[in-house]
Amino acid sequence: MKLKEIKKLLDLKVVVEGRGLEKEVLGGYVSDMLSDVMANSQAGNIWITLQVHENIVAIATLKELAGIIIIGDREPAELTIKKAEKEKVTILNTSLSAFEVSGKLYQLGIRGNK
Amino acid sequence: MNLKRFCTDIHIHTCLSPCGELEMTPDAVVKTCINKGIDIIAICDHNSAENVKWVQKAAEKCNLIVLAGMEITTSEEIHILAIFDSNDQVMVLQDYVYTHLLPGQNNDDLFGIQVVANEKNEVEKIVHKMLIGATTISLNKIIKKIHSLKGLAIPAHIDRENFSIIAQLGFIPDELNADAVEISYKADCNEILNIPGIKKYPIIRSSDAHRLSEIGRMTSDIYLEDVSMNEFKRAFSHKNGRRVE
Repeated sequence: MKLKEIKKLLDLKVVVEGRGLEKEVLGGYVSDMLSDVMANSQAGNIWITLQVHENIVAIATLKELAGIIIIGDREPAELTIKKAEKEKVTILNTSLSAFEVSGKLYQLGIRGNK
Repeated sequence: MNLKRFCTDIHIHTCLSPCGELEMTPDAVVKTCINKGIDIIAICDHNSAENVKWVQKAAEKCNLIVLAGMEITTSEEIHILAIFDSNDQVMVLQDYVYTHLLPGQNNDDLFGIQVVANEKNEVEKIVHKMLIGATTISLNKIIKKIHSLKGLAIPAHIDRENFSIIAQLGFIPDELNADAVEISYKADCNEILNIPGIKKYPIIRSSDAHRLSEIGRMTSDIYLEDVSMNEFKRAFSHKNGRRVE
C-alpha cells in the first residue's frame, strides 16, 4: 500500500512531503525510544511515534523508513521540519493515538516485522 | 594562579525526590559528604529544587560547597541536570518547570513521599505536585532556559537504558548545546567512547545517589581556582590547567 492511500484513509495531515507519497509501505513499527527504532525498524516501515525531536529525521533516513506518523496532535519542532525537508523524509500527523493508528493500519493489511 | 583539586559529586537527590530515601535529609546528606571527603556537591531532585536552600543551610559551617541544581525530565523523557551558582537561579527555573509538570497529584504509595526538610531534619512541607513524570518542556527548550539563567546543562547518565539521551534519541544530536555529559557510576570508561558524538563533550561522573550509602560512589576531580559556573566551564574546556579527571 502506498503512503498516499494511507494518508487518505486515515485522514492524516502532511507536515513534510519529503520524497512524496508514492512510496510503498512495507510494514509498520511503533516505538518512542529512538534507540529501539534504530535497532529494530526495517526499511519500508511506516513509523508511528510521539517523539518530535529532530533526531527522528536522521533515524528515518538511516533506516530508510517509508515515513513517520506523529500521533496525538504533537507538532514537530521547527528544526525537525527543516531537517525533514532537507533529507526528504515524509512526516504526517494526526490527532489519533498510536493504538488507533496501528489498529487502522493493521486493518488495511500493514503488518509488523517478522 | 592557584588551582585546587575539588572532589565533586554534582548529582545527589534528597528526600524531596519521590524515589529518594527518607534518610536523605539535608543534614544527613551534608554529614555523609563530609565523611567521604567530598568538596563540592549539587543537589538535583526531580523537577524541583525546594530542598537546595536547606542543604546549603546545613552546610553553612562546613567545608562543603553546595551548588543549586535540578534534574529535569524533558518531554522526550530525557534527564537533564541544571547546575547553578545560586539558589535564586534554580528557583526561577523551578517556577518555569512547575508550570510544565504533568497534571494531577503525586501518589505517595506508588512513587514515594516528597519531603521538604530543613537543616534540623524537621519537615517543612510535603510536595504534592507530580514530580516523577515528564515535563512538557523539550530538550532544546530546557537547555536554552538553563543557559539564559547562566547555569550548566548536562544530560544525565547518558549510558543508561532509561531516561537517557541515547536511549530516547538514539544518539547525541549535532545541535545539542550541552556543557558536558554525565555518565553513570556503572559506566565503562572505554566503552563509553564508542557512543557517537560523545568526544565533543567533557565527561563528568557522579553518584546519582538516592540513599546515603550511594553518595560519592562515583565522583569527578575538578581542578579550579574558585568555585563558580564560569570556572566549571573553563575546566570543561581545559583552560589554563583547569580540568576534570
